[in-house]
Amino acid sequence: MTALRKSECVEIGAIPIALSTSDGGFLDLLRRRYAGFLSSSRPEFALEFDLSATYSVSDEDVRVCRDGDEWMLQRGDFRARWDPRAGRGTVRQDANPYSLDTVLRILHSLILAERGGFLLHAASAICDGQAFLFSGVSGAGKTTMTRLAPPDVTLLTDEISYLRPSAGGYAAFGTPFAGELARSGENCSAPVSALFFLDQGPENRIDELHSGEAVRRLMRNILFFAEDRILVEKLFATACDFVASVPIRRLTFYPDGRVWDDVRNFASNSLEVPEHA
Amino acid sequence: MPENSTYIARSSAIAARALAGEMMVMNSADSTFFTLNEVATAIFQAADGRTPLEEIVRERICEQFDVDPDEAQADAERFVAELSGHRILLVSNQPLNSEPAR
Repeated sequence: MTALRKSECVEIGAIPIALSTSDGGFLDLLRRRYAGFLSSSRPEFALEFDLSATYSVSDEDVRVCRDGDEWMLQRGDFRARWDPRAGRGTVRQDANPYSLDTVLRILHSLILAERGGFLLHAASAICDGQAFLFSGVSGAGKTTMTRLAPPDVTLLTDEISYLRPSAGGYAAFGTPFAGELARSGENCSAPVSALFFLDQGPENRIDELHSGEAVRRLMRNILFFAEDRILVEKLFATACDFVASVPIRRLTFYPDGRVWDDVRNFASNSLEVPEHA
Repeated sequence: MPENSTYIARSSAIAARALAGEMMVMNSADSTFFTLNEVATAIFQAADGRTPLEEIVRERICEQFDVDPDEAQADAERFVAELSGHRILLVSNQPLNSEPAR
């Protein structure tokens, strides 16, 4: 007998996905977890959750590979299949939110790769109507930058930035995927004004980055899991386009609020066309 | 066909993009990434599998960059050996089929 399934539409990055389950407790969990991202839009895609699995949460690496026309996504704590042509998939996991987050991130990374966008290991925030991205390895200062932000700055994420091409450049969208801040981003978007690769130092300074170094750093920080040559090549082309259209700099900063003055000054002084384009 | 010639061709497993006057090349099999300078870019772009390396150096490098032919040939051979080691270029003493980089 098939239990009645209920679904909720979660819209991240303006991509509505219906998540369905027959487990009322899990539905409540995902409503709470994605509270700012629930949507009444007509879903473009659908994921069905089967919670009968007894997998345990795992640190092992994610594997995403093709199986015929479908993608197979797996880690110790979940197994999923995704049919990109039908826009539908199934997930087997237990009712934990970490597996759910990971599956959603992988799914968005696959959808974005086809559309010229990507997920970036970066904090992002909107200041004076423009989005700023702060990327770097763990400990570089992504969460610190969001904590130091003045009250008029809108947090998009302190961990995983969501980027899509838009008229004349790229737009950054808020995500519910939080890092150390443990706080969901706001569900809004803005055109990207600059990407800063972070370093902490005794004083604030903003330095040029050679375009080759910018592409290299960007590729290193893009979240992408699929073992697929064609999509990797698409992502590389996207990274080159991004570097050609968005100013990218190295931001060395001393962790106090003055760094945001430098970010604002950079935005007001920056040229429309990046110097490395 | 000249004897003892070296022929070079771009691997089909790479993606390449010109950006700000430089060539970015990525081996999509393992995501290794290279930035080529002007001279290396000229050699890479001329790697059609049919033109001997000696001719590429003579016609493309020495003429465009005003360098000593022996020095240019030695540099080109080092560059080709390095990119061949990363499976970006294919090298043979026979003409090769080259698939254009994406």
